[in-house]
Amino acid sequence: MKAIRTRGGLSFRLDVRTAVVVAVLIVAALAASVVLIGTGDFYIPTADVIRTLLGNGDAGQEFIINDLRLPRVLVGLLVGAALGLGGAIFQSISRNPLGSPDILGLGQGSTAGALIMIVLFQGTAVQVAGGALVGGLVTGFAIYVLAWKRGVHGFRFVLVGIGVSAFVTAINGYLLTKADLVDAARAVVWMTGSLNGRDWDQVWPLLVLCAILVPLVMTYARPLRMLEMGDDVGYALGVPVERTRIVLMGSAVLLTAAATAAAGPVAFVALTAPQLAKRLTRSPGPNLMPAMFMGATLLIVADWASQRAFGADQLPVGVVTGVLGGIYLLWLLVIERKAGRI
Amino acid sequence: MLVDSPPEASAESAPAPPNRRAIRSAGLLVSVCVLLLVVVASIAVGAKQMSLDQVWHGLFQDTGTYGDVVVGERLSRTLLGVLVGVALGLAGAVLQALTRNPLADPGLLGINLGASAAVVTAISFFGVTSLSGYVWFAFAGAAVVGAAVYALGGTRNATPVRLALAGTALSAALYGYLQAVMITDNAALNKMRFWTVGSLASAKTETILQVLPFLVVGIVLALGLARPLNAMAMGDDTARALGAHLNRTRALSMAAATLLCGAATAACGPIMFVGLMVPHVVRSFTGPDMRWILPYAAILSPVLLLGADVIGRVVARPAELQVGIITALIGAPVFIFLVRRRRLAQL
Repeated sequence: MKAIRTRGGLSFRLDVRTAVVVAVLIVAALAASVVLIGTGDFYIPTADVIRTLLGNGDAGQEFIINDLRLPRVLVGLLVGAALGLGGAIFQSISRNPLGSPDILGLGQGSTAGALIMIVLFQGTAVQVAGGALVGGLVTGFAIYVLAWKRGVHGFRFVLVGIGVSAFVTAINGYLLTKADLVDAARAVVWMTGSLNGRDWDQVWPLLVLCAILVPLVMTYARPLRMLEMGDDVGYALGVPVERTRIVLMGSAVLLTAAATAAAGPVAFVALTAPQLAKRLTRSPGPNLMPAMFMGATLLIVADWASQRAFGADQLPVGVVTGVLGGIYLLWLLVIERKAGRI
Repeated sequence: MLVDSPPEASAESAPAPPNRRAIRSAGLLVSVCVLLLVVVASIAVGAKQMSLDQVWHGLFQDTGTYGDVVVGERLSRTLLGVLVGVALGLAGAVLQALTRNPLADPGLLGINLGASAAVVTAISFFGVTSLSGYVWFAFAGAAVVGAAVYALGGTRNATPVRLALAGTALSAALYGYLQAVMITDNAALNKMRFWTVGSLASAKTETILQVLPFLVVGIVLALGLARPLNAMAMGDDTARALGAHLNRTRALSMAAATLLCGAATAACGPIMFVGLMVPHVVRSFTGPDMRWILPYAAILSPVLLLGADVIGRVVARPAELQVGIITALIGAPVFIFLVRRRRLAQL
């Protein structure tokens, strides 16, 4: 940890290890992106990918890369980043590593919105995305209102989230039994989380949202860190406790809902990215930045794995993140058990 | 302010005075009566409305009339509902005590998903289509995952955190597998989407007979665990000092929960909310003593399950809403109300 002070009286603290981790993650995400862009039915060598991205490619490659593969990769990066950041905020506020959007039911809420569009209205892709966004926001709002009792407190928040999640899951199950088989198959693919066929239409809204929310969230990183010591400590240190929580939670809900609208409820990224980031930085804080880049890296690598292992469009990325996430947790258990830490 | 109201539970964690015990016994009796009422309702109410006379006739003077056949079918459905309800309630109570985690339920420990994954395997790879065929797969899946969670959680020094983590990890991996199969196999999807909501509608006598032995063993085992689980609630060190066999209790608890959840899930799909909610409700008026929690949970869980099943048959007549959907739609608001009312996080 280093304190950096400028002459104007500004000062901020820089954790060297965290900075290195973030830098490494950014490089890894970019490298994985380049590899992913080259992967597919039509293989493009890495050198050509980089040349084309810099604007010097030939026409054929430019079409494949800029129109087909780049937007998909960008959606993957943005969705991963949004899920990682949203997960880190939720886990930090609930002070519980299981307090991620998956467990709280935000993904289920988005799924309900999307299922209503698919099953009841046979909606287009854009309508499904809109339904997912609305569903996620309504669910987030409902959890907040139901958990509110002179403020929103950690454990009650997670428990209410689980209750809401169960409620929405039941509705989803009912909608699935109502659907005819074609709609049900479409719904299940959506519910798994997939980047197939994503294009620039999905990139822009996500990009704009991230451009607004990420800086906003980062300005609250320090108050959030203090809140991890408890509300009373937060008050004593002069943190605007409730405002911090409202702004951060609102942002996390929006990020998660938007990510889900774009790619479906991709399993496990929001749960694992903050935990992995925490292990790499060895820093107790909320680790917002590392979690964000970890999420982006994870999702891109998982998408690459799903394409390499099963051929493009065969298995959606959500299957891979689910399986990888499970294996990661199992590995973690074995390691921690050997080290005697849990 | 964000601090919760002072825990009312503190008054209840004190040793119960004698008159309190009488009240609790009376409450147990009242619960049994409520259960009997719900059982009668479950036989009498449905797409075809039956009078009590007809129910009586069907039960005790079965002459094979249409009404008697209906009563007979509803009887097996009701019986299965009672058994599954008892199983889910006991399993939830045991798991919550074992993991010292109010969030623990068969879902969190992966047992439901183990059964689901096994069923999807049976349907997709072995071509099993009948319930009596995949009952065994479901049961094996639940048992394997229960054992795996326990093995991964550590046989010698299982901690609540590690058990929950092992369950979550296995669930995640299994869920990925489940979705992969459902995406690539429409036949499996078509079966699974009905099975995964949880329903008593396909209850048959043979189903009951198949799961009955497992349920009975599980129920007896769970009820016998009240005292050891009480000792464990005081924390590992205190419990050990009191002479409790920690690891034996843990192993037996996992065995009981696996038997109960596996058999229940196999018979009627994953009904997630009963095992999570009923022990919570019960604990709010019995206090932390497992000797009261377990019997109350065993009696009130089937009340919830059968009541939900009856409602599901009434609201969407002549079609019906699956019981798993109703329990969640009823259970979630009650659960949220309880979460708001007092601090449930402490066990």
